[in-house]
Amino acid sequence: MDLAFTKEEQAFREEVRQFFRDNVPPDTRRKMVEGRHLSKDEMVNWWRILNKKGWGVSHWPKEYGGTGWTPVQHYIFNEELQAHPAPQPLAFGVSMVGPVIYTFGNEEQKKKYLPRIANVDDWWCQGFSEPGSGSDLASLKTKAERRGDKWIINGQKTWTTLAQHADMIFCLCRTDNNAKKQMGISFIVFSMKSKGVTVRPIQTIDGGHEVNEVFFDDVEVPIENLIGEENKGWDYAKFLLGNERTGIARVGVSKERIRRIKDLASKVESGGKPIIQDAAFREKLTACEIELKALELTQLRVVADEGKHGKGKPNPASSVLKIKGSEIQQTTTELLMEVIGPFAAPYDEHGDDGSNEAMDWTAQIAPSYFNNRKVSIYGGSNEIQRNIIAKAVLGL
Amino acid sequence: MDFDLSEEQRLLKESIDGLLTDSYDFEQRKKYMKEKGGWSRAVWLKLAEQGLLGLPFSEADGGFGGGGVETMIVMEALGKALVLEPYLATVVIGGGFLRHAGTDAQKAAHVPSIIDGSKTLAFAQLEKNSRYDLFDVSTTAKKKGEGWIIDGEKFVVLNGESADTLIVTARTRGDRRDKTGIGVFLVPANAKGVARKGYPTQDGLHAADVTFTGVEVGADAVLGNPEDSLALIERVVDEARVALCAEAVGLMDESLKTTVEYIKTRKQFGVAIGSFQSLQHRASDMFVAAEQARSMSMFATMAGDFEDARERTNAIAAAKVQIGKSLKFVGQQSIQLHGGIGMTMEARIGHYFKRLTMIENTFGDTDYHQRRVADAGGLI
Repeated sequence: MDLAFTKEEQAFREEVRQFFRDNVPPDTRRKMVEGRHLSKDEMVNWWRILNKKGWGVSHWPKEYGGTGWTPVQHYIFNEELQAHPAPQPLAFGVSMVGPVIYTFGNEEQKKKYLPRIANVDDWWCQGFSEPGSGSDLASLKTKAERRGDKWIINGQKTWTTLAQHADMIFCLCRTDNNAKKQMGISFIVFSMKSKGVTVRPIQTIDGGHEVNEVFFDDVEVPIENLIGEENKGWDYAKFLLGNERTGIARVGVSKERIRRIKDLASKVESGGKPIIQDAAFREKLTACEIELKALELTQLRVVADEGKHGKGKPNPASSVLKIKGSEIQQTTTELLMEVIGPFAAPYDEHGDDGSNEAMDWTAQIAPSYFNNRKVSIYGGSNEIQRNIIAKAVLGL
Repeated sequence: MDFDLSEEQRLLKESIDGLLTDSYDFEQRKKYMKEKGGWSRAVWLKLAEQGLLGLPFSEADGGFGGGGVETMIVMEALGKALVLEPYLATVVIGGGFLRHAGTDAQKAAHVPSIIDGSKTLAFAQLEKNSRYDLFDVSTTAKKKGEGWIIDGEKFVVLNGESADTLIVTARTRGDRRDKTGIGVFLVPANAKGVARKGYPTQDGLHAADVTFTGVEVGADAVLGNPEDSLALIERVVDEARVALCAEAVGLMDESLKTTVEYIKTRKQFGVAIGSFQSLQHRASDMFVAAEQARSMSMFATMAGDFEDARERTNAIAAAKVQIGKSLKFVGQQSIQLHGGIGMTMEARIGHYFKRLTMIENTFGDTDYHQRRVADAGGLI
């Protein structure tokens, strides 16, 4: 047992850090620090810088453009990326559909999609949830019917993140109504520009526009856009969701936010002195830091285990990452709210799509707090995570 | 970075787990409790036979040169089996003082009898008003010729009733809360002027209140610098805290396992109560708490080797906070999920809860350590 990073790993951390220092556009970083939204161009610009360096799809197999890094290197890369901070690669392309395509897709699909995912030539979005299918995802109703050499798709998806930017969607569609609900689902990809696709924004409680409803009305999709086998889509979806085990803890994000809390809390006064000197506040902040340290160690255990035993066997500790990671993210936004106190109130109704420079930075703190309530809901709510622990780990 | 045990460490774990499986079930434990001093000499000698009492001592001193990880393995196993024998007091703390500050003569006088199981030690530190501050010492040691005269009162001295030698913190100069002027002394438990009042503790262990009245010891009783040993005390107590973290992890593992087994078999409304989602989620939260605790126990174990004392102390304090929070949750919910049966002396689970609870209040509770981490500027 040895917790220290090797010399090589430390050198790698320095290399990564230096690259971010030199290459993340300062405005992008500043907006991230202030918790603002970034424009599509800002994000794509950064991801292309990353891809040019060869780090855009770092965890993919080498033959598709990956780096061949060890799990520890991936961990370091992610931590530094989150801590800088800079936008993480677009999960829908890089972490979700990409691995499904290179694992289950045919050669033609790999050639066609993978390089465009890596360079974000296509912005992908995820067509999973439906109005009637949230936690019970397998009950989804969006239908894909085979007609000649086409799929005809009808139905509705929801909570589709950043669909307003998207060029492509990967979609779970029902292709067999008679099978058991998990068995009749297929994984189909298509252009968001197809006739019959309508995107309608959903405004979330923070005032922002991240998620959308997406409607499909007789959308025609070439038959070859099915990934893998027909009616095996549920397996691919499970593969996809299980793929991102360690990033979900978002330790780097919370660390960065704690630094920001400390910075602000030593400037904002309460009772005539900086609020960081307030005993009650400090205890809460310390409690959060300790929880985060424990989570970081738990994450390292999962990472080290992956390095030893490969990705196949889930480590029971990994189920902790989503629950604790989301709770801590939420606590950090709560603490920020506490720091600015009454100045959390002003609301900028123009919202922030990344272009509203006039907006005061404090105006993002309450929206960020409201927005972060999502993290214990998405990606399998924390209650679903507890079900998973109860069944898969405790055998209940 | 590597969290796996080495081959030797795996063997150590198997050996102690095996020994305790054979000789430490709940019924056997009840018998041991009734023996003199509240623990079993026979089990203690078995631990000695397997080399466990010599684990942390250097090979030159007759030990096995084990480090923090080895102690963690042993303490987790002792926790899992709810062991009563004075490993913490004798090997971790007593041994710690001898390893870090003992002269060759002191080591020669004490270490062999620790390793062969013939003698045990106890750490007489807590005072009436000192609570968790290790520097808060009223007991005095006054120079007399080459030796010292010790006067004062110590409380809740674990294994104080059975110990052959007491390791006593005493003030050689200055005021009660001065951070300098504190010494550490090896005092034979049967020395003239030592009065011990033994009693069982809530968790089934034994402790004693010890009064020192004009106790005379020689110059060879001094461990380290008699005028400035706070750093030594803090180092050894930090090691004890790390050991307690590991013991708590073992206790939590067993509590969770026992509780999950119970709710799988206990039937109400015609079904196992573990089929109810509210109980499943509670058990999942216990698992999360135990895993977070395990992570911090490992962190504390590593931190034990940190060169920088401030960094070491801060990390171990943080671990004690996490352990304290986790053990409270796991302990309380183990009782809750057992229902009425968890309230009885007859059931195992309550005894785990009680030991966990006492660990929180040993060498600094959650609030105490959280304040220390806060005062040190946090971890990030």
